[in-house]
Amino acid sequence: MAQTVFAPWTEADQKPLIEFRNVTKRFGEFTAIDDLSLKIYEKEFFALLGPSGCGKTTMMRMLAGFETVTEGNILLAEQDINDVPPNKRPVNMMFQSYALFPHLSIWENIAFGLRREGRDKAFIDTRVEEMLRLTRLTRFAKRKPHQISGGQRQRVALARSLAKAPKLLLLDEPLGALDRKLREETQFELMDIQEKTGTTFVIVTHDQEEAMTVASRIAVMDEGRLVQVDTPGQIYEAPNSVYVADFIGDVNLFPGKARARPEDTQIAAAAPDQPVSDQPVPDQAAADQTATAPMAEPAPSPTATPPEGPTVARLPAPDAKGDWLYDKIFRRFLGDRTTAPRRLPPPNAEELAAPKPEPAATAQPAEPAIKPGGIFIDWAEGQPPIIAAGGDPAMDGREVTYSIRPEKVTIDTVRPDRPNVYEGKVIDIAYLGNISTYHVELAGGRMVKAQMVNARRLANRPITWEDTVWVGFTETAGVVLEE
Amino acid sequence: MRRAILIAIPYLWLTALFLVPFLIVLKISLSDIALARPPYTPQFDFSAGLEGLGAFFSELDFENFVFLTTDDLYWKSYLSSVQIAGLSTLITLAVGYPVAYAMARADEAWRPTLLMLVILPFWTSFLIRVYSWMGILASEGPLNAVLLALGIIDQPLQIMNTNVAVYIGIVYTYLPFMILPIYSALEKLDGSLLEAAEDLGCSRLSAFWLVTWPLSRPGIIAGCFLVFIPALGEFVIPSLLGGSDTLMIGKVLWEEFFNNRDWPVASAVAVILLAILIIPIVLFQRNEQKAREAEG
Amino acid sequence: MKRTSWFNVTSLTLGFAFLYLPMIILVIYSFNESRLVTVWAGFSTKWYGELFRDQEFLDAAWVTLKVAVFSSTLATVLGTLAAYVLVRAGRFHGRTLFSGMIYAPLVMPEVITGLSLLLLFIGIGLDRGVFTIVLAHTTFSMCYVSVVVSSRLATFDRALEEAALDLGCSAFDAFRLVTLPIIAPAVISGWLLAFTLSLDDLVIASFTTGPSATTLPIKIFSAVRLGVSPQINALSTLLIAIVTIGVVTASIITKRAAVAQARDEQAAARTA
Repeated sequence: MAQTVFAPWTEADQKPLIEFRNVTKRFGEFTAIDDLSLKIYEKEFFALLGPSGCGKTTMMRMLAGFETVTEGNILLAEQDINDVPPNKRPVNMMFQSYALFPHLSIWENIAFGLRREGRDKAFIDTRVEEMLRLTRLTRFAKRKPHQISGGQRQRVALARSLAKAPKLLLLDEPLGALDRKLREETQFELMDIQEKTGTTFVIVTHDQEEAMTVASRIAVMDEGRLVQVDTPGQIYEAPNSVYVADFIGDVNLFPGKARARPEDTQIAAAAPDQPVSDQPVPDQAAADQTATAPMAEPAPSPTATPPEGPTVARLPAPDAKGDWLYDKIFRRFLGDRTTAPRRLPPPNAEELAAPKPEPAATAQPAEPAIKPGGIFIDWAEGQPPIIAAGGDPAMDGREVTYSIRPEKVTIDTVRPDRPNVYEGKVIDIAYLGNISTYHVELAGGRMVKAQMVNARRLANRPITWEDTVWVGFTETAGVVLEE
Repeated sequence: MRRAILIAIPYLWLTALFLVPFLIVLKISLSDIALARPPYTPQFDFSAGLEGLGAFFSELDFENFVFLTTDDLYWKSYLSSVQIAGLSTLITLAVGYPVAYAMARADEAWRPTLLMLVILPFWTSFLIRVYSWMGILASEGPLNAVLLALGIIDQPLQIMNTNVAVYIGIVYTYLPFMILPIYSALEKLDGSLLEAAEDLGCSRLSAFWLVTWPLSRPGIIAGCFLVFIPALGEFVIPSLLGGSDTLMIGKVLWEEFFNNRDWPVASAVAVILLAILIIPIVLFQRNEQKAREAEG
Repeated sequence: MKRTSWFNVTSLTLGFAFLYLPMIILVIYSFNESRLVTVWAGFSTKWYGELFRDQEFLDAAWVTLKVAVFSSTLATVLGTLAAYVLVRAGRFHGRTLFSGMIYAPLVMPEVITGLSLLLLFIGIGLDRGVFTIVLAHTTFSMCYVSVVVSSRLATFDRALEEAALDLGCSAFDAFRLVTLPIIAPAVISGWLLAFTLSLDDLVIASFTTGPSATTLPIKIFSAVRLGVSPQINALSTLLIAIVTIGVVTASIITKRAAVAQARDEQAAARTA
């Protein structure tokens, strides 16, 4: 989201729409929310993410006014709303169960809040029509909730909660009741509607993919506290703790001891007789993956939800442009490309022999050498230390955890030319269609997960069970975490 | 073949002991009183065959029904039955709804116990429950004693043997019939609907009127019919708690039959009572069907 | 979220006080030494003694019990059969009439049911007594049984019966070995309902009985018509006690079974 300059949280003088000031909520002995402070800005699409029981729903219910605050204050547009009852708050909620009134028609459901405001009939008519159009429900206006599908009900709930044009819309697991395909479609719809209406959305979800897709910022919660509040890209690429790294997506964790790395260190683990570069070894399926690693965008685009979502895969037949075309246009009609290879004829000898298109030139990092500085992490006896250029030399001597995403780990049959390379054996292969995850056991017993785009058909895959392979990653691919 | 036998057993039983008796009532209501045993004419003469049948029909008439319209005792007691049953249904609703509501709102752990407490009186003898009020409402009974002691009244109230006692009796004995359907409607109510109503600007009271009340309406209607229908033909309550001026059609029928031994008139009273009941029964069936469809 | 609402607490308190105070007062007065309701003359169980010495009451109790046992058993058999026909027999000629005859007695005023049965018994020249009361009670309580059982049958997974047939059962064996055990709770509560209805009934019994058979409700009714009687208080207390013990025991057993089942399921889920 580099091109979008929407980042009010970075501006010091920006006034938050919502502010939690040292809010604590206790249910008897149990502390649901523990001295929590948070600012949410206007027009944000803010996600509260965490496992069940982490307090995210309590946060939302406090915003709606269904739970009272035990200590601290909640401010809405700089006004303390602690004592404002739910029916007087300019906040509306979309319930997880949708809570559509079964005795009222769709139209009446949407008009419900407007009627309570005592609006005149003409206004209500116009507004309800507008909402029906926005959510594409005009045809169903006269039906009762039980006469429409789950996806339509979800849209009615959205329309009803938006009808009063609230300053803040709360969405409690809004897509939880929908099946996977519908959920993905609806995510885009939600983003679209949020953008059109300019309403601030706060969404509660336990689905990290959903949060990554829709949110401008994510608050990862655990046991009533905020662990990290950041953009999806930062959360994914730069988690601030093992908890976040582990909760969001799949991850390899290497606990170890940090050792400062001298500034001038150039080459460490890489084979000395080869030019040190990030250049992938050609003719390897993993090559594409390697290329994407260093350039990984701070925020994954909706179509590239890591790690198990459809990634920017390259198939043998179409070139980069074709890929792009497919992704942007055809995917909507034809579905994910993961299904595509099955429909292709088997590759002929010529195809196999032909050199693969070089990864896009832009994918090449500018620096050919291993970045200087950072730290070494000694993580196992008899294994070379991990070079982490992002590590702070001040960590020297401390216990740290090196966290690296499986898609940033390459897997090769010959020793690749990478800053961090370890030998291991393939124990398990999880085939997910578009990608495969390889579970590789290193000497000493540590398991490492490496992910690879399935650019080739199963039969042509060079790596299989029990193979001895090399896993590798760059010095900048992972993050050093301190607990 | 076996299926036919299976069907035939209950079918024939009900035909013989429910349908045929009812047709007999219909027939006798069209006959004349006679000082004989059985005390009505014509008797159907099975030996006379078809001819007898013709003769039999020619003697039937609507005299008894005409009689019912001429003596104002009957239509007054029909009217008064409808009035007493209707009013006591409304009182039962007013008493039962808050109880059902509170039960549905009670802690989940408590609900089975509360439910059992509502059902328990239902298993206890109806007669005993009506009888228990005879002592309480008596002019020297505990109710008057308490009211006198509190200084609310300065002389005993005459409640026993009045219509007020009948109302109390009906409300008391039929209260569980009102509470149970309303409770089951309210219990199904999703709490988030009320939160949604509040979220959309309702006060608690308006959320109740706009959401809770309409959604409990099937329960309310079912409860009202379950009280109204049996109350209309009630005999025990008016005869034990009511006074001589309490007119209820069940009591009239009983007296017509046992005291006056006028079987044709008693039968005619029964036929008309049933005719009056058919309307609420059909409405009740419709309501039930609608509720089932809404659920399904 | 759950707040103690004073409105709710008050409604429950008043509602249950209304339901139970009359019976509690009745029970208290059954131990009153005095014959009068107004005067509390000290604790005594003499009315219970008198009750058990009154042969008429004992006879009536015996008749009532006989009628209730016979009619409820017969009604359970017929009612279960009727429910089975209603739910399982599919379409047959006169099905609408049949289901009408099942539901109509539920809403029929007792005076009409009683009257019509009496006229039938007179018409066919049947001597009135215990037998006619049993017939009458069976007829109306079988309808209650069939409603209770058919609601259970309707939620019953038909595949279970089909599985039994598939495994070699005859239709009767399938009913006996599979259907009946599963609907047994409904059949038992149907029996209990029929039993209570018979025990309770005054109006229909009054119409269909003859001089030879007086049931307890008839006896109570004729005694209390004249006013409150301490003997009836004692009798009522006994009946209330029996019903209370029965219902409370039944609900405890059901609850235990439910708890045990939940525990078993949990254990099963853990070991799985």
